[in-house]
Amino acid sequence: MNLFVIIISSMLVSNVVLSQFLGICPFLGVSKKVGTAAGMGVAVTFVITLACIITYPIYYGILVPLKLEYLQTIAFILIIAALVQFVEMALKKFMPALHASLGVYLPLITTNCAVLGVAINNITDGYNFMESLICGIFTAIGFLIAIVILAGIRERIEFNDVPESFKGTPIVLVTASLMAIAFCGFAGLV
Amino acid sequence: MNTCMERLKNGIITENPTFVMMLGMCPTLAVTSSAINGLGMGLTTTVVLALSNIFISLLRKVIPDKVRIPAFIVIVASFVTIIQLLLKAYLPFLDSALGVYIPLIVVNCIILGRAEAYASKNPVLASAFDGLGMGLGFTFGLTCIGICREILGAGAIFGKEFIPDDFHITFFVLAPGAFLVLAFLTAIQNKLKLPSATNTGTDDSLSCGGNCASCVGASCVANKGIIEAERTAAKAAKAQAAKEAAARAKAAKEAKAAQEAAEKKED
Repeated sequence: MNLFVIIISSMLVSNVVLSQFLGICPFLGVSKKVGTAAGMGVAVTFVITLACIITYPIYYGILVPLKLEYLQTIAFILIIAALVQFVEMALKKFMPALHASLGVYLPLITTNCAVLGVAINNITDGYNFMESLICGIFTAIGFLIAIVILAGIRERIEFNDVPESFKGTPIVLVTASLMAIAFCGFAGLV
Repeated sequence: MNTCMERLKNGIITENPTFVMMLGMCPTLAVTSSAINGLGMGLTTTVVLALSNIFISLLRKVIPDKVRIPAFIVIVASFVTIIQLLLKAYLPFLDSALGVYIPLIVVNCIILGRAEAYASKNPVLASAFDGLGMGLGFTFGLTCIGICREILGAGAIFGKEFIPDDFHITFFVLAPGAFLVLAFLTAIQNKLKLPSATNTGTDDSLSCGGNCASCVGASCVANKGIIEAERTAAKAAKAQAAKEAAARAKAAKEAKAAQEAAEKKED
């Protein structure tokens, strides 16, 4: 039951983009087409899941016993940067087809604050391993949902008559605002 | 001294990170629900930015070119950790208000952007003032957006309420309001044709929009991958085309030779 609450709240109620404001750059930058948006979303899901699996044992297995909790930020950002590099190399070697479709997005993810944000939040909220894994996966799925919906709306906006000064970024931000209002409606679920 | 003043002006006005460059959008949207939070976040970022610029500038001849980005990240992360511990000790209310966004200063693209574009190539004093200018510009931007949202949403400035409760539009201090305020800000910039990252001709295949004139280098790392992928694709296409052309030429030659042979036979 507890896990179910985590799933709903991390995916919908406190959506990573629309209510926590993490990962705004790819959300606004890579949401021009549904295909690329989905690619970015899948790459983020992949990296966040791996980051959750790796940061948890490092924090509780190395940093806590050595009383080095204050090194959390430095350790996590280095792990994530190394992880992204490693994933890219591994994909290139073993899954060239997947690398061809996700490869372009991977370097962008190192500086995606959603990855670091989820890793830090898991520690701050005191989740156990299973909870942080579930929270990571479903936060990332929340990102995927938000970016694909925005990309779908943006493809439609192309054909609309947008006021001159709202063309470009402003109308995207208005769209994001309306989506955030819609996601506020999920607040009653938990 | 002239360069120092020039760097300050550049950071606060000419290349203001919030209004002109549109960098560091995550903290801009997240912590501006009140003016004091915006100011606190801005000043924290300013300190980290100035200190990391000084250090990176001091070490610019020691750090090997190949590992410079991880080295910059470690330097920035160390300063963020120091600032976080100081805030926890002396300003606990700000620490709890900003929460996870303090450690996330590490991935703020303004800081890595300035390190890469300016501090790694310039002397210490100029880099320090560059960091200070950019940080103050960011603080100015965050405080302005914070004041707007606080007046509209909570009828107050810096916590001092002057509009009665009935006239508050709570929407503006909530998450959707952040997007809407930023949307109107960029729309006004478009209308007045102010210099901004959002109203120049953009090339959407690049993550920075391809606007090289106002680039600080933050997205260059990201762009490199895209550009390289495009290049390899172009190269492959070219090689393919050359191969086809060669094959066609060969086929034509063979056909011609066969024809000639046939003609000879007829003779």
